[in-house]
Amino acid sequence: MKIFSTHHRAVGFGYLAISAVAVGVGVLLSLAMRAHLAWPDWPLPLHGPILPEEYLALVTMHGTLMLFFVLTVAPQSGFGNLILPAQIGARRMAFPRINAASMWLTALALLVLLAAFFVPGGGPIGGWTAYPPLSESALAGPGQGAGMDCWLASIAIFGIASTMSAVNTLTTIVKLPCEGMTWQRLPLTVWGWFTAALLSVIAFSVLLAALLLLFCDRHLHSSFFLPSGDVINGVLLQHGGNGSPLLWLHLFWFFGHPEVYIAILPGMGLTSMVIANFARRRVFAYKLMIATTLLIGLLGILVWGHHMFVAGLNPFAGTVFSISSLAIALPASAKVLSWLATLWRSRPRMTTAMLFALGFVSLFITGGLSGPILAQPILDEYLHNTFFVVAHFHLIMAMAGVFGLFCATYYWFPLLFGRMLSERLGKVHFWGTLLGAYATFLPMHLTGLAGEPRHYARLNGLAGPGTTLLEATQPLQVHITVAAIFLALAQIPFLLNLLRAWRSSERAAPNPWVATTLEWAPESEELAVVYREPCVYSESGEEFLAQWKSEAAINSEAE
Amino acid sequence: MPITLTPPEIDRRHRTGEGDGGGRKPPTDKRTGGNGEGDNWSDRPQGRRGPRERLAQARVGLFFALGGDLMFFVALVSVFFVTKSSGHFDPYGRYIYEWLPTAIPKILWINTAVLLLSSFTAELARRSMFREHDAMEEWIGFGRPLSRRAGIWLSATLLLGTLFLAGQWTAWDQLAAQHVFFRSNPSSHFFYLITVTHAVHLLLGLGGLMVALALLRASRSMATRQVLVDATVWYWHVMGVLWLFLFALLEYGQ
Amino acid sequence: MLSAPTAERFWHLPVDAARHGPAMDAHLLLNLWIALGLIALAHLILLCGLAWRRVKAPGLKPDPSVSIQQGPEGPFSLPVSGSNGESPQLRSLLLLEILPLAVLTILFAGLGARSEQLWAAQRYTGANPAAMQVEVTGAQFVWTFRYPGADAAFGETKPMLIAPAAGNSLGIDFTDPHAADDIVTSQLVLPAGREVDLTLRSLDVIHGFAVPEMRLKQNAVPGQTSHIHFTPETPGEYAILCTQVCGTGHYRMQAVMRVLPADEFDEWLRMRELRR
Repeated sequence: MKIFSTHHRAVGFGYLAISAVAVGVGVLLSLAMRAHLAWPDWPLPLHGPILPEEYLALVTMHGTLMLFFVLTVAPQSGFGNLILPAQIGARRMAFPRINAASMWLTALALLVLLAAFFVPGGGPIGGWTAYPPLSESALAGPGQGAGMDCWLASIAIFGIASTMSAVNTLTTIVKLPCEGMTWQRLPLTVWGWFTAALLSVIAFSVLLAALLLLFCDRHLHSSFFLPSGDVINGVLLQHGGNGSPLLWLHLFWFFGHPEVYIAILPGMGLTSMVIANFARRRVFAYKLMIATTLLIGLLGILVWGHHMFVAGLNPFAGTVFSISSLAIALPASAKVLSWLATLWRSRPRMTTAMLFALGFVSLFITGGLSGPILAQPILDEYLHNTFFVVAHFHLIMAMAGVFGLFCATYYWFPLLFGRMLSERLGKVHFWGTLLGAYATFLPMHLTGLAGEPRHYARLNGLAGPGTTLLEATQPLQVHITVAAIFLALAQIPFLLNLLRAWRSSERAAPNPWVATTLEWAPESEELAVVYREPCVYSESGEEFLAQWKSEAAINSEAE
Repeated sequence: MPITLTPPEIDRRHRTGEGDGGGRKPPTDKRTGGNGEGDNWSDRPQGRRGPRERLAQARVGLFFALGGDLMFFVALVSVFFVTKSSGHFDPYGRYIYEWLPTAIPKILWINTAVLLLSSFTAELARRSMFREHDAMEEWIGFGRPLSRRAGIWLSATLLLGTLFLAGQWTAWDQLAAQHVFFRSNPSSHFFYLITVTHAVHLLLGLGGLMVALALLRASRSMATRQVLVDATVWYWHVMGVLWLFLFALLEYGQ
Repeated sequence: MLSAPTAERFWHLPVDAARHGPAMDAHLLLNLWIALGLIALAHLILLCGLAWRRVKAPGLKPDPSVSIQQGPEGPFSLPVSGSNGESPQLRSLLLLEILPLAVLTILFAGLGARSEQLWAAQRYTGANPAAMQVEVTGAQFVWTFRYPGADAAFGETKPMLIAPAAGNSLGIDFTDPHAADDIVTSQLVLPAGREVDLTLRSLDVIHGFAVPEMRLKQNAVPGQTSHIHFTPETPGEYAILCTQVCGTGHYRMQAVMRVLPADEFDEWLRMRELRR
């Protein structure tokens, strides 16, 4: 395939390659972070002991890489480009050249971000949220000069690329479905991509505005986010005007909260479809699932203040955002109930894809139920910016999201490559990853409850009650680190599996999972036509009605 | 030999235009992709790659892209209102409210009129791309009435758009002459921020107009020409309406 | 330091030394146990649903009006409304979705209402006018505390007067008469049993003022002041941590809150005032 191909398959694989690089780097960064927390004096090989600014740079880059380049790119743009056209019966995405351009822009953004490690001063240290005034001025810390500029440029490019990609996805879904594919017959994966793309279009522009304003503050001496009389590192910053750091928080979190829903919505759609496929059942309450997908998207725009309960907002605002945040638990619970009802007493076929979908359900439940706790301001007053929050979002977003990606890989591998991944290696991979995920992130709830704050480069070494409090978590820190190393090593069977499939010559059957959705239809020159909604299986699960089979065809087959 | 059989040499001459439905073809302008573009239009499967579908897809894509762009300006305008209404306590304990509205240079009124006029010419260009009789003639290959007329109006739009940007630049020069720069005070932050970001969007619109003009001459596909002009002009209109709102904000909202 | 009660020790909660603490802890523990219970219940349903033998899917009934026949009565059950499968579908939807959602709504509404009650009690109203005033200032990377002294008024501070090397890390303007009796310390010393109103400020970047053992947290944002009030109950030494990343020294921006019995505190304050 040529390098600048505009075919959606090439673009999709390009996006997955970007995510693969990002996840590899992100995992290495997280292992360095965890090793440093468990054994603070351990020197990183070829580098030496990790300094506080280096630790903070690790944290910042880990979050940025994983959230933007893995969880926003791979489920939505990666698998979306590969599978969406086939699932709706289209031959292409709506704007192939814009699609390819956005993929290359994303690759550029990744390069610019990784360059932050190598510029003078090193990587930025403000976390992926980059609150000003810490991000306002190079005086605030190492890495806040050129490193922060790299971060700003990278995320700005990424935002533009994501918006372009989302416009492409939306136009494809609105305009290119084949004959017979009504809105109610769209698979839930497509609804997930649709809602996530809508959120992208709305949210990334606001982030772009915020980045522009921060850029102006940093380089053009404006004061959108800088209060007057701010003294950083002994220097009175005089930018003429009185801004508010809270303004950044509002703008950033207006983007930041829909961002996490963008990361998880495609995975939720896929889980519904995969569970129905392997349980050989209809999705329970299909229309309700469509409604909850849209409702989660809508409510996701209204809850951003729950990141700011103790940030200096009016306490009444805290109450308002608390209500909307608790409300979003309801459509999410409705989805969990549908998954449970779909698979209830169905003796599903336990392929690796199904296992990862079940793992998604489990992690979504466990990670999700710490959400309502954090949504209550009086409790968030204690838990804000502790490792309880870290545990929450890692379980529900990082782990569940990644399980969605693994599910997609195992499920669609035969379609994309014509070969099967080994089920045995897959199951080893699944159990290792599931156990590793829980072993790593469940104890983080406890260290957070014990009071461990985020972004701490060290938990020991000082005198005073603070260190006594934090050092008490040390056994758990070591446990978490060991579990994280195990979790990373548990991915080796997956890599071996990919390698084995690449070198094997056994071809897969055309529809090995007995799926009903359109991407599994046999290749044909004729235009696709859809006759029914997806996941129509007989009561016993033995027969199935694919979306693309007309009644006449089925009746003639039966004879 | 019956006299009704076509002799081979004449038959060969007729066969050079396959798919024309037989019979002699009218002289065609190959540059415009005439002759119905040779794309088997009578045999096209329904609802796939036709001009109407391409136009609809382009409009939907533009709609979503402009929606995102709108959110960008919504964010800027929200920051404007928040900053406008906030003051602070200075070290002496006095409440300082430093919002000094920036006086709008009068040339902005002229610029607004110019932009409205350019929307008018742009719409003329757009509508002329869809006049059925001319479209049919151009598509078959009888000259280029459509592209010529649209090209004239597009050029006018391009000229007026450039005038607008020149006018904006003049306005910035006039403010700089009065020592009102971007960093002077909060309201000047916004004046420059809003006018510059709008100008950047308009510059992109000018680029689109130039591409449309170029492809009116170079593109072989009628549908491409129509879609491009249509999309560029809609974008132009939205930028015009946006300017009206932003101008009103700067003039009356400070 | 006192040891935490058993439930709190299971959840690794540290000691609780503030007056509002026990109510908050009780609500937190309630939430945690409910969350744990719901997680266990959901997983139980998941595992049972996977393990038990296959039965007809909930909400379906064979629909003989479907023309696709693969067996005598047509195996494809369609929960299409209008067919005679309507009431089982609606019944199963009510039972499996609406009812649990209603229960969860009531549960979350109840927990939310109780939490708003606690939040309002702590935050909606300001401190008691008789509360003790202390100012907390965060700067990279140290917490500094200031007491107003006998005149019960803080002196003015100006950013251009900040000179840590000269001993004036807060930028106090000593020409202000109110500044003469201000007491600046690096430890937050408080009397047990008396409500205290903290004024939080920051000189440079956003810091997070947190005292886990008092169940307190509030960001100190430059350019604005925040207030939180609480009543420390149990004497002891407690950790003050910074919980909003503020630079390389974020992890060591710690301080000590010393809560003394009332008479010892009076003694301490008197000694400090004399020293001024």
